[in-house]
Amino acid sequence: MATAAAQRTAGTETDGAPGTVDTTAYQHAFDAAVAADERIEPRDWMPDAYRSTLIRQIAQHAHSEIIGMQPEANWITRAPSLRRKAILMAKVQDEAGHGLYLYSAAETLGTSRDELLDKLHTGRQKYSSIFNYPTLTWADVGAIGWLVDGAAITNQVPLCRCSYGPYARAMVRICKEESFHQRQGYELLLALGKGTPEQHAMAQDAVNRWWWPSLMMFGPPDDESQHSAQSMEWKIKRHSNDELRQRFVDICVPQAESLGLTLPDPDLRWNEERGHHDFGSIDWTEFWEVLKGNGPCNEQRITQRKRAHDEGAWVREAAAAYAAKHTGGTGETGATRA
Amino acid sequence: MTATGPATAPVTAALALGDDALVLSHRLGEWAGHAPVLEEEVALANIALDLLGQARVLLSLAGDEDELAYLREERAFRNLQLVEQPNGDFAHTIARQLYFSTYQQLLYAELAAGDGPFAPLAAKAVKEVAYHRDHAEQWTLRLGDGTQSSHERTQRACDALWRFTGEMFQPVEGLTTDPAALETRWLESVTDVLGRATLTVPEGPRSGAWTAGAGRQGLHTESFGRMLAEMQHLHRSHPGASW
Amino acid sequence: MSTTDWPLWEVFVRSRRGLSHTHAGSLHAPDAELALRNARDLYTRRGEGVSIWVVPAAAITASSPDEKDPFFEPAADKPYRHPTFYEIPEGVKHL
Repeated sequence: MATAAAQRTAGTETDGAPGTVDTTAYQHAFDAAVAADERIEPRDWMPDAYRSTLIRQIAQHAHSEIIGMQPEANWITRAPSLRRKAILMAKVQDEAGHGLYLYSAAETLGTSRDELLDKLHTGRQKYSSIFNYPTLTWADVGAIGWLVDGAAITNQVPLCRCSYGPYARAMVRICKEESFHQRQGYELLLALGKGTPEQHAMAQDAVNRWWWPSLMMFGPPDDESQHSAQSMEWKIKRHSNDELRQRFVDICVPQAESLGLTLPDPDLRWNEERGHHDFGSIDWTEFWEVLKGNGPCNEQRITQRKRAHDEGAWVREAAAAYAAKHTGGTGETGATRA
Repeated sequence: MTATGPATAPVTAALALGDDALVLSHRLGEWAGHAPVLEEEVALANIALDLLGQARVLLSLAGDEDELAYLREERAFRNLQLVEQPNGDFAHTIARQLYFSTYQQLLYAELAAGDGPFAPLAAKAVKEVAYHRDHAEQWTLRLGDGTQSSHERTQRACDALWRFTGEMFQPVEGLTTDPAALETRWLESVTDVLGRATLTVPEGPRSGAWTAGAGRQGLHTESFGRMLAEMQHLHRSHPGASW
Repeated sequence: MSTTDWPLWEVFVRSRRGLSHTHAGSLHAPDAELALRNARDLYTRRGEGVSIWVVPAAAITASSPDEKDPFFEPAADKPYRHPTFYEIPEGVKHL
């Protein structure tokens, strides 16, 4: 069983290891395990680049969960019915939980949540650019659930079979819990689509604004994606960006029809020959600009995250001080209750 | 409310308890994305969701939950002024939680033991509330007996909210519980926790001409109107719409 | 000071009576009491458990993958520990 504790011990052993470790043998064992679709576990030897790629990807995923709380939390206090309010609170709560699972998975690789948060706060690690777009109306909550969570699920389901055990296990849990996220968004839009003309217009406007950024969530086209090939080889990634994007478009088209809403792409049409929908070209300039920090909410999202962290510092310190006083140091007392 | 006869009492009480839960849930919901640590995001949301669930059951006893939540004017709300107080820093939120969840736990335990109209709801809710009370106690201990700075902040928060605690023990039409007995037990319980947290039990008055039962009568504090404006705006902008 | 001062805890959840506790994940908490409560909120919010253990991650001693062979291989060549090792005449029951 992979625990973050295990990594700690492994780290110290590596430090004390003699200089002449035969890494080629380890490399063979690693390659064989990946080729055989076995899982790599925290204490196994792994190439440094595999470790750092995973840390980067899992951290970015965790950051996306917690930054992603903001655009939706923006509507908790204004949810138009108590039922919707409960659903939205539960969803935003799940995102905090998912961030937590993912930070834990990253910690098994020898980093710490603090270090990762620090990198997020100082812009050295990224989160999904989609969350740099604003939620301007209630319908945006529905569009995020349907399109953004829909795209995320398309990306995430294959990660449940990722070669790194703790990441794969976190993803299994997350995918199971997220199954309601997309459905609630779709149901929300359905209510608006069938509602008053104002509600219908609100839903269409939200879909117009979220459609293209959702397609960008799959990342740059395959021929421009820096990390893809290596990640596929390591089975961190199982399908290419373009492949997943196509899958998502094909899924969404009939769903939009059932909603009575239009997807904002005049070039969108079924291609009998390919057996897929053709769609218009994505504005990659926008994607790179938002990624660079020039999206509508980049500044706001990070500022709020940092503020919450900074304003919480005295609370975390207080609890640590209390623990030190009352247990003579943390983690030393009997911690279990059967 | 102009209804007469036996139904009157439960409606008044259902609104009082339902509005408490609704308003506090809303305030706790404002923490989403702002909590001091991720684990606490999850904890505060759990409490908010429990309270929202209680509110929906209670308001449904009095009428349509959404009409009551979204279409009443400020003066028609019957919640305690305590629960509408802004979140402030984490110490204020915890002090508010301690005061309110202690009250709610004592009240619901009594209602659950009886055979009145609130017994089924209270039997379920009392388990949830016991956890809220425990959460508040754990954090009061850590903040009160943590660092010098956390101690000061928490004492300030306890002092600031003290004036809103007398209101909890005003009689509510339709609740057969004994407010004076409830108050004695509440004071014992809160005094015990504050003492263990190295905090001083505040000395100021717990009610006065400016508060006495005011929230229960529909008189609220400044921030409440703003809170309601935010909560009700979207719903009211689309009269008759379904969501 | 930061959350680094909140140590890591491993969480084990018993999903229902009669089953053993299984590793569910980890979290940060300043002490055992809050670790237990955080674990309840995080890992059982959909009714996944009836009992929780929290263990300081630092208190776990794990076997090393380098020792995998000496540790586990000796167990692989003792087939007589398994019931399928033994041949029993056909028709003999309740064995």
